[in-house]
Amino acid sequence: MSFINYASREINCKIVYYGPGLCGKTTNLQYVYQKTAPDAKGKMISLATETERTLFFDFLPLALGEIRGFKTRFHLYTVPGQVFYDASRKLILKGVDGVVFVADSQEERIDANIESLENLRINLKEQGYDLDKLPYVVQYNKRDLPSAMTVEELRRELNPTNVLEFEACATTGEGVFETLKAVAKLILIDLKKGK
Amino acid sequence: MSNPQMVMYDEEFQEINGVIERLLKEANAKVIFLVDKNGQLISGVGETERFDTTSLASLTAGNIAATGGLAKLIGEKEFSILFHEGEKDNLHISIVGGRVILVVLFDSRSSLGLVRLRVKKSSEELSMIFEKLVKKAEDKEKRGVSDFPFAEITDDDIDNLFS
Repeated sequence: MSFINYASREINCKIVYYGPGLCGKTTNLQYVYQKTAPDAKGKMISLATETERTLFFDFLPLALGEIRGFKTRFHLYTVPGQVFYDASRKLILKGVDGVVFVADSQEERIDANIESLENLRINLKEQGYDLDKLPYVVQYNKRDLPSAMTVEELRRELNPTNVLEFEACATTGEGVFETLKAVAKLILIDLKKGK
Repeated sequence: MSNPQMVMYDEEFQEINGVIERLLKEANAKVIFLVDKNGQLISGVGETERFDTTSLASLTAGNIAATGGLAKLIGEKEFSILFHEGEKDNLHISIVGGRVILVVLFDSRSSLGLVRLRVKKSSEELSMIFEKLVKKAEDKEKRGVSDFPFAEITDDDIDNLFS
């Protein structure tokens, strides 16, 4: 849930990047971190294993600017993608305002994508959220790889509800900001509508 | 949705700061933070400029969430107090009113016993303020009063953020 502070005139929102292991959630955040002006970002925190796999979460605070005199801040989180970290994933979804599902476009990862998306729905439901009612976008990552499936194929499996979707290559940054902007915009529109 | 939106008003913000400022003095602490369970910093007093408060808030909430998960696994509702002892500085983390996290950073000029004692007293006061805050937000919603600043934003306002 977003946090509105009338005293300090701030509004804080939480965005979670979800997806199967090694799909590029952390890479998305790293790219955003690299390309954001120093005064607009805080420190990026990665709680990772020695082999650079996310253990608990990555965290990146971003200040986007002001709307009607309110400072707008987004807190970006990733979840650990590996299947056995499910308990941690549930914790990170608490208080979420918007979700980005990062799919790995490679053909051999389609089952992992489907499993992760189902897991997202279940874990959200446990917290009392409905994915279809949340600000939510899909990113097809790793479009540059030779074994990438077509967007049509991916859409059929991973985006049956036709939410906004983006093609991306997180290592080069293609599509990264487009995805972030889209979900941030959906969150603000949601806020505008009121609770 | 599972939780109502967290809203902070000027009046309660002043009251909360009053309580934690006093706690800072009485417990001889260096810094005190209040963090929402979702990782948003609510307020901080003391030598806050020395710390990355945003990261601190997020990690504290992660810490409380992980410990809460552990508690449930062994059949406890939650662990309401966490204590981290360092070489110089220590962290006393406690849950206030089931919703907010109180973080007290202190060094050898204070002691765990003193901090615990003072935190207990302040927690009760803070709980009451937060309860009032929740009621206030609910009342406003019931009466259909909205002083919500985002109700009137336009698509252009949103687009401008990203330009």
